[in-house]
Amino acid sequence: MSFIYEEYDVVVVGAGHAGCEASLACARLSLKTLLLTMSIESIAMMPCNPNIGGTSKGHLVREIDALGGEMGRNIDKTFIQTKMLNKSKGPAVHSLRAQADKKSYSNEMRKVLESTENLTIKEAEVVEIITDNNSVKAVKTYSNMVIPCKAIILSTGTYLNSRCLYGEVINNTGPSGMHPSKYLTDSLRSLGIEMFRFKTGTPARIDKRTIDFKKMEEQLGDKEIIPFSFENLDKDFYKEQISCWLTYTNEKTHEIIRENLHRSPMFSGVIEGTGARYCPSIEDKVARFADKDRHQVFIEPEGIDSNEMYISGMSSSLPEEVQYGMYRTVVGLEKAQIVRNAYAIEYDCINPNQLKPSLEFKLIEGLFSGGQFNGSSGYEEAAAQGLIAGINAAMKIFDKEALILDRSQAYIGVLIDDLVTKDTHEPYRMMTSRAEYRLILRQDNADLRLTKKGYEVGLIAEERYTSLLEKEKNINKEITRLEKVTIGATKNVQELLSSLKSTKLNTGTNLSELIRRPELNYESLASIDPNRPKLNKDVIEQVNINIKYEGYIKRQLNQVEQFKKLENKKIPSEIDYSKIQSLRIEAKQKLEEVRPVSIGQASRISGVSPADISVLLVYLYQNGTNNRREDDTNDYRE
Amino acid sequence: MNNDTIVSIATGLNNSGISIIRMSGDNAFNIINQIYRFPKNNKNILDRESHTINYGFIMEENKIIDEVMLSIFKAPKTYTRENIVEINCHGGIIVTKKILEIILNHGARLAEPGEFTKRAFLNGRIDLSQAEAVMDIIHSKNEIALKNSVNHLKGELKDVIRSMRNTIIKDIAFIEAALDDPEHISLDGFKETLLENIKSLERKIKKLILESSNGRIIKEGIKTIIVGKPNAGKSSLLNILAGSDRAIVTDIAGTTRDALEENISIDGMSLNIIDTAGIRETSDIIEKLGVDKAMKYIAEGDLIIYVVDSSEPLDENDYKIMDLIKEKKVIILLNKTDLKNHININEIKNKLNSEMIMFSVKEKLGLSKLYDIINKMFYQGVLNLDEEIYITNERHKESLKKALESLKLVKNSVEANMPEDFYSIDLTDVYENLGNILGERLEEDVINVIFSEFCMGK
Repeated sequence: MSFIYEEYDVVVVGAGHAGCEASLACARLSLKTLLLTMSIESIAMMPCNPNIGGTSKGHLVREIDALGGEMGRNIDKTFIQTKMLNKSKGPAVHSLRAQADKKSYSNEMRKVLESTENLTIKEAEVVEIITDNNSVKAVKTYSNMVIPCKAIILSTGTYLNSRCLYGEVINNTGPSGMHPSKYLTDSLRSLGIEMFRFKTGTPARIDKRTIDFKKMEEQLGDKEIIPFSFENLDKDFYKEQISCWLTYTNEKTHEIIRENLHRSPMFSGVIEGTGARYCPSIEDKVARFADKDRHQVFIEPEGIDSNEMYISGMSSSLPEEVQYGMYRTVVGLEKAQIVRNAYAIEYDCINPNQLKPSLEFKLIEGLFSGGQFNGSSGYEEAAAQGLIAGINAAMKIFDKEALILDRSQAYIGVLIDDLVTKDTHEPYRMMTSRAEYRLILRQDNADLRLTKKGYEVGLIAEERYTSLLEKEKNINKEITRLEKVTIGATKNVQELLSSLKSTKLNTGTNLSELIRRPELNYESLASIDPNRPKLNKDVIEQVNINIKYEGYIKRQLNQVEQFKKLENKKIPSEIDYSKIQSLRIEAKQKLEEVRPVSIGQASRISGVSPADISVLLVYLYQNGTNNRREDDTNDYRE
Repeated sequence: MNNDTIVSIATGLNNSGISIIRMSGDNAFNIINQIYRFPKNNKNILDRESHTINYGFIMEENKIIDEVMLSIFKAPKTYTRENIVEINCHGGIIVTKKILEIILNHGARLAEPGEFTKRAFLNGRIDLSQAEAVMDIIHSKNEIALKNSVNHLKGELKDVIRSMRNTIIKDIAFIEAALDDPEHISLDGFKETLLENIKSLERKIKKLILESSNGRIIKEGIKTIIVGKPNAGKSSLLNILAGSDRAIVTDIAGTTRDALEENISIDGMSLNIIDTAGIRETSDIIEKLGVDKAMKYIAEGDLIIYVVDSSEPLDENDYKIMDLIKEKKVIILLNKTDLKNHININEIKNKLNSEMIMFSVKEKLGLSKLYDIINKMFYQGVLNLDEEIYITNERHKESLKKALESLKLVKNSVEANMPEDFYSIDLTDVYENLGNILGERLEEDVINVIFSEFCMGK
């Protein structure tokens, strides 16, 4: 007998990083939201690396924050070290990364969830999605409880039919020994959803007391702490920081790995799932970069109150005794005691091509999904999708237009567009190289790009929005002023220039011109700009970047304009590809599978060639979508 | 497949020995089945293998119209990827037209210019660059342009551009890989490699651009401008050259108000000849317009034929003309040599360093010498066609220029010591602009070009 529970607007399945953002977004938009998790203890758990952010992932966190998500605020509360990466490179690739205290990260997020109105948390395993006429009606739990709802967000992470493996050992569990979810996959399959099987892995955790840090290089945090959340930018963030440590593998390590490669379930064929090339195990690295005699190994604390150290760069699925041998060859780890073994985990996820850019299933109305369930990897990628899935589930219920960010607006846009458009054969990881327009998608301007959208959706408060408008105004005002401040070749100026190793002036110029010189910047010219207004650091940063890289930014904006032209060529949703006779069969199948919303998206589908796109354009053109006359299109009309 | 069936006379309508009628489309075989008969009347064309040639007759109401050879090509391994039939019939306007008419009566439609190629493109048989080359063949006005178009078709241009794009995409990929995996991929020494690559690309693109002005000459014909003061014999010259009476010939000064244009072929070289109004100071407004135009044509011309009236002394008009054309490639025609000479030849030679021909429009004297000189100037002097690839398409040339500009910007970034992640912006522009030429990148304007070239839905 099933028990019909009270009705919810939204049910979120899974309380990882995607589920937390999704449920918070819905509840904050005043929807009655139920967050279901297999275990309350696993809320916002970090089962792998103990950090948030990093190259391109830091961008995602800032974008989540600008849209009104929680991840940025939560890591600001719980970080134990922070660092701006790539500072020697251009501003587009500067990336913030913070080491987290895992336990507090999870606890703090739980506190936020528990104190959010309209949000109920419940421990339960979902076994079935109940639909009617291709539209969601309810979820059913293992205990036979039926919860009616208007929308469902699936964020099951790595829990679906998961198993953890190392050597010959196979545990049918989720990460860190958590209970797996064994029935939902079948329910999804019976709804016609295509499933994939992916794998990922994690390194060993080693007892801090058995590591000789004196043999390693200390990795300190930045002196100046930059928070993730734009809300915290003007706050004082001093905190005692905990160090990480750098050491290396060596020939001996590699020898052990090579000798035992056949015992790794990855290589022996026991693992069926596909792993990411970009997050490779140490076995992969040794096999793939055979000419490298060493690989970096970062030793990172799991938290302040924990003895465990995360051995970054050495994830593995080799047998236990091989792991001991392997880790102990690394300088400083000679006496290492392993607290938790390294393991690989495989799990069910979906082919994300089945999703719309709103993250709703094309096949089933009201069913949304996010995170590793969608074939991605990483906490940040998960949180970003969770937030968007949450927002769009809400928009659906409100009967409003979905929030869809394109590739020129956000890394989140790139992430989702890639997932729903391209062939995903391995866990998808965000990378800078995936973003074509990264000079305008910087982490420092995420608020300027997205806060307005967050405000329109309803997740950004009036006050924060007003202060953003103020910031925008100040930036523009200052840029205009600097163009007008003329600088003569006075003694003061020449002395300053030569002290900064910059060529002296022949004639007068303005301040913008000087800021453009590579060796100068806004701040170094303060002494010759006495009328400078007092501005916040983040305003100054924008002024500086916009002036210094003006030419590049302009050219990138031109590229965006070209991109938008094809993006704005919409494909009617009722289009029947089987009727376009000159399309190649492969292209027809691919287009039918993805059902792109625009010519731009169509052009990014793997297996669809530019020739196919021109055929498609000709077809649309002839069928009057581009305001063509009707009478000249009969030739190719059905 | 649901394409209607198109037909056209492939060989042009003239009195040659054999004409070919070509038909393409779903119904091509059905139509031919109704009008074609094998000698023994027992076979069906649909049973024949693809790519075979068959002897038989074209029939109309049980009457033999012509004895023909019939080639059949079954989809998809054909030029258009549709069913194609080619009828080799006996030449002659009447028979060829009759067969065409029969086919049209059986449901085929007359093909638009370039429509077979359009179908080949739309059906994915050829890419944009090949399609454009075919369009160039259809539009090309001379043999050399034809040869050049054929080169395009073979994909030599494609190979050149493709290899350049490969270099660039590798550089971009390397930078990107290093940004995402700095541990394993180092950018040390990359700037030097990149600068080398840029220089070599610049050289290649510059060469293509430089040769592309030749490309234009080949495709459109050499823009030849006839100048000279009123009544020097310009229009008569055009008449002789063109073999027609299109220009008005008159003894009254200044009656050629506007420029007249003629396209003629000399030894396989196409000349686009433009006769200008007389250049002289004038208060007549209509004539003034003609003069302005003449000056514009001179600026755009590839070759200037300066017609001098040798029966009259040089005057202000001549000095002015000589001043306007002194930077151009000029052939001087001393006209009216049948009359008494009244000019000082050395005076002209001092002003213009050009070939000079004694000429008489009236007596048709010096015409073959003029042909020889034009031939020499363009075949041996300027154009060198051996195995070279030319850009003959304005759109392609524009893309090359843009690519070159972006390369310069990359070079600037490297020299200004900008971080490597900045290079990708302009490198991407180079890559995309070269992609435009291959049709491997689609932009709005490219699509528009496709539509205009194929006369779609005009």
